[in-house]
Amino acid sequence: MTALLEVKDLKVAYGKIEAVKGISFSVHAGEIVTLIGTNGAGKTTTLRTLSGLLKPVSGSVVFDGEEITGVGAHKVVAKGLAHSPEGRRIFPNLTIAENLKLGAFLRKDAEGIERDIERSYERFPILGERRRQAAGTLSGGEQQMLAMGRALMSQPKLLMLDEPSMGLSPIMMQKIMETIAELKAQGTTILLVEQNAQAALSLADQGHVMEIGKIVLSGTGADLLHDESVRKAYLGED
Amino acid sequence: MHDLPQQLANGLLLGALYGLIAIGYTMVYGIVQLINFAHGEIFMIGGFGALTAWLWLPDGTGVLVALPVMILLGMVFSVTVAIGAERFAYRPLRGGPRLAPLITAIGLSLVLQQLVWSFYPKARDGALSFPHFEGGRIDLGAFSISRGDLFLLIAAPVCMIALGVFVSKTRTGRAMQATSQDPDTAKLMGINTDRIIVTAFGIGAAFAAIAAVAHGLKYGEVQFRMGFIAGLKAFTAAVLGGIGNIYGAMIGGLVLGVAETLATAYMENVPGMSMFGGGAWKDVWAFVLLILVLLLRPQGILGSRGADRA
Repeated sequence: MTALLEVKDLKVAYGKIEAVKGISFSVHAGEIVTLIGTNGAGKTTTLRTLSGLLKPVSGSVVFDGEEITGVGAHKVVAKGLAHSPEGRRIFPNLTIAENLKLGAFLRKDAEGIERDIERSYERFPILGERRRQAAGTLSGGEQQMLAMGRALMSQPKLLMLDEPSMGLSPIMMQKIMETIAELKAQGTTILLVEQNAQAALSLADQGHVMEIGKIVLSGTGADLLHDESVRKAYLGED
Repeated sequence: MHDLPQQLANGLLLGALYGLIAIGYTMVYGIVQLINFAHGEIFMIGGFGALTAWLWLPDGTGVLVALPVMILLGMVFSVTVAIGAERFAYRPLRGGPRLAPLITAIGLSLVLQQLVWSFYPKARDGALSFPHFEGGRIDLGAFSISRGDLFLLIAAPVCMIALGVFVSKTRTGRAMQATSQDPDTAKLMGINTDRIIVTAFGIGAAFAAIAAVAHGLKYGEVQFRMGFIAGLKAFTAAVLGGIGNIYGAMIGGLVLGVAETLATAYMENVPGMSMFGGGAWKDVWAFVLLILVLLLRPQGILGSRGADRA
């Protein structure tokens, strides 16, 4: 079976500093694949390159059978690759409803958009209650829900989530992780970047451990969860 | 002070003119954090576009009939120049040091002035007369307005309401707001931010062309240097209202227009200030106000504190 996303020998640099030093991995339809690793490992840089915000130095990205390496970000989302960025990055001065509508910016089916906005409200009732409120007034966890809901509005074939649990309370984090599991059960393919390795690996079909720009270890989520070096380095056990 | 209503009316009309030009500064700043100092010249070129249309039309055409054609050609001139400037002067510098586009803008101002100067030999000797409405002032009771101001009185509110609706209700308007708040994330929504930037330049230039027609009808002339002072005043209005905020630009314009008019009319009656009275000091008040705003409330009337973006 061919992969939905195939990344080959991807290198990305900021000026002369190489942040991603040639990584390869793939994501198959219906899977959750996670990239874990510490700060500065290159996880966010990888996602920003896949969604077209950064141009790679070399390597190739094939998505849904099409080469998208170096294609501009606004065209990548049209192909079905949605990116919920690190730090949530909702539009603070727009309402929740307007944020969700922007997620569907490229869609033309007005009825379908309305229906999907209603579905976002069903999935996250708090967003429905506050639909006319400026998004900047939401709490961190609620903003994360909005960011995920907004990314889903483009009806992506692959959803990339960058640190969805960052800065959230344990209860809110639990809720976000449950949502990710739910999305997978509904057939959404997800590429998940997380610092919370325990949570990410428990959900993931495949996991890759990144260290200073390289993938140093790959395996199924369960394998990595029980791998001794992973437990030591990322799960806080000695 | 018996003429206060008249002075206020004069000030508000002048302010509406500043506000229309200020929209161009504020929209571009809101989206790319660039002060387009060539915007005054874009306004001036709109005026020359309108005049060109007038000169092309057959003799004896009424001003009212000519007006739509003049506005249209004024817009064609100013929007073409603005979009050309964005594409060839500013876009290559995007992402570079912020001083580079600023200096480019100043250079571009001079180039545009000289271009008009070369293509319009008659403009070298001074002002060219602009068509105007025949007839006396229109009496509105407590004050009167000139027939030329009638255009401004209608155009300014119509433009502002149209812009407000456009920005808040349309798909492109929402994309503009998103780009202004977070350009990278706007791209992730599928918004072509380059196109949004062009749109901002275009709308600002179209408003400047309308302002230039209003300016021509009000003063009965156009001049190749007129963009300099008008541009600086409108920039002041944009900063005064809170740069990046479209309603702020209009409010800043009105406040500036009224302040300037009242200071010119009444400063000589203020004890100890008599030497600053009259029209000779007219242009000074705008900059006094600009300095005061920058010192006391740098974010402007409607700007949000602590942010250097819209």
